Amino acid sequence: MIGSGVLNGMAVTMRNFIGSYFEKDRLITVQYPEERETLPENYRNFPFLIFDTDDAEAGLRCVACKICEKECPPQCIYIVKSEDKKPDYMGKPQFYPATFDIDISVCMSCQICVEVCPFEAIKMDKVFELSRRERFDALLMRKNELAKSNTYYHNIHPLEAAEVDAKLTEAAEAKKKKT
Amino acid sequence: MSVGFHELEEAPPPMTSRLEGELLEVSMGPQHPSTHGVFRMNVALEGEIVRKLKPVFGYLHRNHEKIGENTSYLGSMPYTDRLDYFCSMTNNWAYALSVEKLAGIEVPERAEYLRVILAELTRLQNHASLLGFLLSDMGAWGTPLMYAFREREKILDLFESLSGSRMMCDYMRFGGCRCDLPPGWMERARKLVDGFPRFLDEFEKLVVSNEILIARTQEVGKLSAELAINAGITGPMLRACGVNYDLRKVDGYGFYPRFKFRVPLGEHGDCYDRLMMRVLELRESVGILQQAMEQIPPGPIVNPKVKLRSFRPPVGEAYGRIEGPKGELGFYLISDGGSNPYRYRVRPPSFINLTILEDLCLGHTVADVMVILGSIDIVMGEVDR
Repeated sequence: MIGSGVLNGMAVTMRNFIGSYFEKDRLITVQYPEERETLPENYRNFPFLIFDTDDAEAGLRCVACKICEKECPPQCIYIVKSEDKKPDYMGKPQFYPATFDIDISVCMSCQICVEVCPFEAIKMDKVFELSRRERFDALLMRKNELAKSNTYYHNIHPLEAAEVDAKLTEAAEAKKKKT
Repeated sequence: MSVGFHELEEAPPPMTSRLEGELLEVSMGPQHPSTHGVFRMNVALEGEIVRKLKPVFGYLHRNHEKIGENTSYLGSMPYTDRLDYFCSMTNNWAYALSVEKLAGIEVPERAEYLRVILAELTRLQNHASLLGFLLSDMGAWGTPLMYAFREREKILDLFESLSGSRMMCDYMRFGGCRCDLPPGWMERARKLVDGFPRFLDEFEKLVVSNEILIARTQEVGKLSAELAINAGITGPMLRACGVNYDLRKVDGYGFYPRFKFRVPLGEHGDCYDRLMMRVLELRESVGILQQAMEQIPPGPIVNPKVKLRSFRPPVGEAYGRIEGPKGELGFYLISDGGSNPYRYRVRPPSFINLTILEDLCLGHTVADVMVILGSIDIVMGEVDR
């Protein structure tokens, strides 16, 4: 019968409309600024630098090896190596980044810097409300803005951070045994 | 200088065109709401009938291939996400497959299964949203599109909890995948896949027997099998003409030969067949997903022999291709032994499927052009690269 297809479709629309009041599956909208979903553990957005202890300057894990700068596909990392060395969090004298900038207006959150870093010094953040009034300088993150503590890392990626910590302590113990 | 009255009278009447005497030239796009991105068509009309059609693209060109030749092999992986931003997982897989072919890398079993699962999930969300877009092009504004996007949203949530990003997944690596499944992922995915047929049933009831849809799509944009083969059309568009060609069966890449599935075929090659082809493929994909989720073994997720940094494949060339949701997606790589490819070429399915647009549209009305374009399933990020 002509028109039955249209009426069948209307019935489906009706079922969805009424069902949206009762079934969570049919209405998955979230009223964003008031209502927020928790981000999944693996969520990634823009890298940050990790420091141990309380001192953001002295505890920085980064040794300015420039691997991430080289591997970054859109070339958004800029590092200047320090002239002198200073003891890192394990007491070993190391270079440190005199300048470490990430242009997050260029960064595409691909996580390659995290994967290639041999020192577990750079990790992915979970921030996303980053709109700024200025276009250039405000989105160029300097070293002091990028440095975030290991506790913060534990807060945003608990499983991954525990794994990284275990790996680091294991490496430190293996080194102690050797000497 | 002011224009005299007699000059205005001598000026040609505005309804003639440069192309031909009686035709009206209309430029549709690049900001037309139903051209799926920045795509432009120069259409010559006789009344409402299309007599000539010239596609103009390149507005979204961003030098993808040249960038690929200047970054490392790994560095191109996130860029492949941006080709066809609806199906980043299949793009990743096609690129990883060609690099693995080039360097002769083995992939662990679990990673292969995971790739199949992710590729089929991508197919689910791509076809679902395509159906929604196609219907909204026909004037069914909103409702079917929102139903389709609701399902897509659930799949994107799965992608987000696995890879960290909803659309720019950047998940696959040479010789496997980046990280293992987070706890509880497989149960969520299983629940989604088991619930998907309900959406399909509803969607079919909503549109398939709808008289308006049938009037708009049947006998519109007919594509003959001969032309399709000659023009290199692949994917659901080719199969809608009745040509049995599915790379999952032909190449048998991944673990597809291990799964039982049928390749749906059309008969007429019109828009209705293309639309139905997507619905039928969705059903087959659900079947593949259920089998893959049952069979997936535990084990390593990535081949530990593959170096992440300073990855240099041997000299040679390779062409890896997979059956993407839109058609055959291939990457052609030439290596000169360096850290970046000497030549990096993408064979984008939607670009090649778009080339026959004029043949499909001639003789139809302007309103049908939108339906035909929608049924081809293009993403401009991939067409222009």
